Amino acid sequence: MNPVNYLYLAALLFTIGAAGVLVRRNAIVLFMCVELMLNASNLALVTFSRLHGTLDGQVIAFFTMVVAAAEVVVGLAIIVSIFRTRHSASVDDSNLMKL
Amino acid sequence: MSAIAVLAALGGNTPSIPAPHIEYGRLSPMLVVFGAAVAGILVEAFVPRRHRYWTQVPLALAGLAGAFVAVVVLAAQGRAPHLELLAMESVAMDGPALFLQGVILLVAVVAVLTYAERRLEPKAGGLPADAFAAQGAATPGGEQERAAVRAGFTTTEVFPLTMFAVGGMLLFPAANDLLTMFVALEVFSLPLYLLCALARRRRLLSQEAAVKYFLLGSFASAFFLFGTALLYGYAGSVKLGDIADVVSGKAMSTPAQLSSTQSDVLLLTGLGLLAVGLLFKVAAVPFHAWTPDVYQGAPTPVTGFMAAATKVAAFGALLRLFYVAFPGLKLDWRPVMWGVAILTMVVGAVLAVTQQDVKRLLAYSSIAHAGFILTGVIALDRQGVSSVLFYLAAYSFVTLGAFAVVTLVRDSKGEATHLSSWAGLGRRSPLVAGVFALFLLAFAGIPLTSGFTGKFAVFQAAAAGGATPLVVVGVLSSAVAAFFYIRVIVLMFFSDPQPGGPTVAIPSAFTATAIGVGVLVTLGLGLLPQYFLELASKASLFAY
Repeated sequence: MNPVNYLYLAALLFTIGAAGVLVRRNAIVLFMCVELMLNASNLALVTFSRLHGTLDGQVIAFFTMVVAAAEVVVGLAIIVSIFRTRHSASVDDSNLMKL
Repeated sequence: MSAIAVLAALGGNTPSIPAPHIEYGRLSPMLVVFGAAVAGILVEAFVPRRHRYWTQVPLALAGLAGAFVAVVVLAAQGRAPHLELLAMESVAMDGPALFLQGVILLVAVVAVLTYAERRLEPKAGGLPADAFAAQGAATPGGEQERAAVRAGFTTTEVFPLTMFAVGGMLLFPAANDLLTMFVALEVFSLPLYLLCALARRRRLLSQEAAVKYFLLGSFASAFFLFGTALLYGYAGSVKLGDIADVVSGKAMSTPAQLSSTQSDVLLLTGLGLLAVGLLFKVAAVPFHAWTPDVYQGAPTPVTGFMAAATKVAAFGALLRLFYVAFPGLKLDWRPVMWGVAILTMVVGAVLAVTQQDVKRLLAYSSIAHAGFILTGVIALDRQGVSSVLFYLAAYSFVTLGAFAVVTLVRDSKGEATHLSSWAGLGRRSPLVAGVFALFLLAFAGIPLTSGFTGKFAVFQAAAAGGATPLVVVGVLSSAVAAFFYIRVIVLMFFSDPQPGGPTVAIPSAFTATAIGVGVLVTLGLGLLPQYFLELASKASLFAY
């Protein structure tokens, strides 16, 4: 199979993730959409690595996974703390500050 | 990474992987800061709670001072490619990087002084309290929080968190490949998200600011990463120098499966996504929406640190990206950046006029200033780099000083940030109001302050670079911005104080020193800018 198809898949996943961040309301779902975007980047990196015949892209994908794991730690801590305060993870409820 | 490529070519039969050559001595500023951060974590684990504050503050200050000495020593060693491209060419400790690292470290020293302030808050549980939550994990208003306050807990973790953020910020403007840049971006962003959530007063606002900053920040860094992936596909490397070679046609690297039209798509989309990630961090319009909420909700010492140091680091990375990797593509990115700069200046200045909260006002003013700095970035020559370096140094100390003054104006509910409560402040405390007026004049770019010199330098560079319309817009939005700065000064000095309005707290030596440094730098760079302009000019050459 032509590896370029994986690039289209990566672009599609990235778009789904970005659209999800923009239209969904639950902080956890938003966060999962961001993770989907990171994984779409990983897929693109690995595919390009294959196309170029170098391993750089695969190594970068490992770095991305570590960064994503660190982001989960920080992100869930923040989301859980605000959930315990408000009993809601909807980003629409976070409206104390307005223009 | 070339070693890995060799390994792949040999089909994995090579007996050993050569260890990369790392110049630890030349990387010492970052290593010292990260070392101090790790030591700070150990202090949290092993030192009894009542001694932690007096261990963390000297440790953080010593780490920052040590790293600053290292930066000065490195800068004095002179220039040569083998001294500047380090760690397999992934870090470039060249002139702009060292200059910005010096600025970030000095900013961080002042910021740590404002973190350490413990005289403004009333005592909790008989012990002095700082601006940070008694216990970050406790639910606001819950029993656990009351117990933590009674016990006099303080969140001394803010010091190691800040040190990690500073370490990432030092690496960010020095990152010479996109992977290092991405990792540095995350290393300084993640601690900042946490710091935002740790205010002692108004904890709901603080948590809300953290959620917004985290979700939008990680959204933006996902864009940055996808841009990295596309540029890797385009150039076959993430090193900025290699990408520049492929862009200028010196090297061919796009794989055969991707035709030439597709490779243009990769290049332009990749650059666009990278720019989104970086412009988010510098708070340029249309990626600025998080700024006012986060600046308002975060603890004020953190806001000051974030407003000053993040901007310095992010503009450093933006400069390196455009000046090292994409000068050959300037016909494509310059028109877009023109639009972004104009929008940023105009939207920042106009929306600031409508603000009723001091912290939000300063947030919109920081957006407008991001626009002014962008005009210098667009110049695309050495004068552009040196003017941006100088502007960043001048702007960051004014910002820190202004937010430090905001921590002093208080009523029974904590900081009184609503503008109406600042009315007549000049009669209650002429000194504090006078200092704040000086910072506002510097923001407005009035002569004899650092703001004027900085603005003059970036506009001059932009005009010399052929961006005269941009300078006209810049001067006009400066005039709009001057209106609301002067409005606050008039409010402070020429209106009657409200009965029951806020009082000006007497700070300890920490905040007093921080504000004093802000005043000194503001006046120093305004009255005697020549030495620093020359320093910025000498530092304005990128290594690649």
